[in-house]
Amino acid sequence: MKQKIRELLAKHGGLPVAVDQVADNADLYAAGMSSFASVQIMLAIEEAFDLEFPDSLLNRKSFQSIDAIAKTVEGLTGSAEAAE
Amino acid sequence: MNMSTGAGLAERAARVAAVAEAHADDVDAKGRFPKEAVDAMRAERLLSIQISPGLGGEGASISDIAELCSLIGQACAASAMVFAMHQIKASSLVSHGEDADWHRAFMRRISDEQLLLASATTEGGIGGNLRNSICAIAVEGDRCRLEKDATVISYGAYADAILITSRSHPDAASTDQVMTVFTRDQYTLERTHVWDTLGMRGTCSDGYLFKGEAPATQILPKPFAEIAAQSMLATSHLLWSAVWYGIAVNAVARAQAFVRAAARRSPGQTPPGALRLAEASSLLQMLKSNVVEGLREFEAAKADPDRLSSMGFAVAMNNLKIGSSETILTIINHAMLICGIMGYKNGTPFSLGRHLRDAHSAQLMISNDRILGNTSNLLLVHKQDTSLVG
Repeated sequence: MKQKIRELLAKHGGLPVAVDQVADNADLYAAGMSSFASVQIMLAIEEAFDLEFPDSLLNRKSFQSIDAIAKTVEGLTGSAEAAE
Repeated sequence: MNMSTGAGLAERAARVAAVAEAHADDVDAKGRFPKEAVDAMRAERLLSIQISPGLGGEGASISDIAELCSLIGQACAASAMVFAMHQIKASSLVSHGEDADWHRAFMRRISDEQLLLASATTEGGIGGNLRNSICAIAVEGDRCRLEKDATVISYGAYADAILITSRSHPDAASTDQVMTVFTRDQYTLERTHVWDTLGMRGTCSDGYLFKGEAPATQILPKPFAEIAAQSMLATSHLLWSAVWYGIAVNAVARAQAFVRAAARRSPGQTPPGALRLAEASSLLQMLKSNVVEGLREFEAAKADPDRLSSMGFAVAMNNLKIGSSETILTIINHAMLICGIMGYKNGTPFSLGRHLRDAHSAQLMISNDRILGNTSNLLLVHKQDTSLVG
């Protein structure tokens, strides 16, 4: 899953650095992810994993890092193995 | 905040408003700093009301402060905007500096000396997006140094301290920002832009080349992203809206006085402006509801950082700003139609030129187009709240 998230980040994250240089726990906003890009990432994840983020998860914390995104998605798909 | 303290605050603000009103036209005509009103704020100790009682303040709530912004805004919008902007900076310290020794001591100084805080978030080359910086703070040992092409620092020349944003270090991304407090003795300002504007002339929002050096402990310990999301953007929209509400209230009061004077002259006949006044009254009520609901949302969310940084909250605050900045223009235009030439002319009891010119700044202080763009992006994922009372 994290690989897929990295792919989506590379495509839509608009980060000034290469995604493979960003650690799983690094703060994506500090790495340069804009508010606009974060929404594009959310949309891409909704499409890729066929899910919809409830408003309660639409906050900074849920999308702060690759780890946080994976956890948010896992919480919605309920599939821990998908994280492998 | 209990009722008696709230009432005390309103009385103190009313005394400030009386001073502000006496000088409002002169401040506007000359584009000068509203020194008399700000001195009155100091004398009434209004500059420290938000700071906690433990640090010499009064722990006033955002609603208390909004009420004062409106009261002073009814007299002089520029004075009220200076007060609002000071309180927005104070909110950054109160919300994000309580755990840092230097900032706690500084808050005590604000209370003791009634220091006026200014803000330097705008920078040449960033296109108005305050969540980006070009300049970076350089930390060497225990000192920090910053140079910024600040295209706007409202009342910069009159402030006792400036809270200024920058990248957090010379290699940081443009969005990786911090906010640092520099006191007056720690910086120089070289004026680069002159504030000669249509309205809000007394805020003296000149541009400056800022050069400062201070102990590195003066950098606020939280990322500016958090400060912006959790206190600054929301308090800006709330307190600005409160000032704008004040401008609109005073315009409607003048229009009502005009209509009532006409009605008294011709008993039995409804004056021509009366219907427009009824419309303006309805719009004013809608504006008030908008601001009051925004205050309620903020009070409910402020203890919950997740809620404060949620999209739903950002959409609500954006909508508040758009709604109030647009509605005041309609309201003041109504008042102008009611008062006619007496409203258009300067120097009458019904003059509305200053109100209208001041109100035109509202759509531009963070451009409404930028805010609508931001909301439209958020609405791609955030679902509109469908509850009525919530």
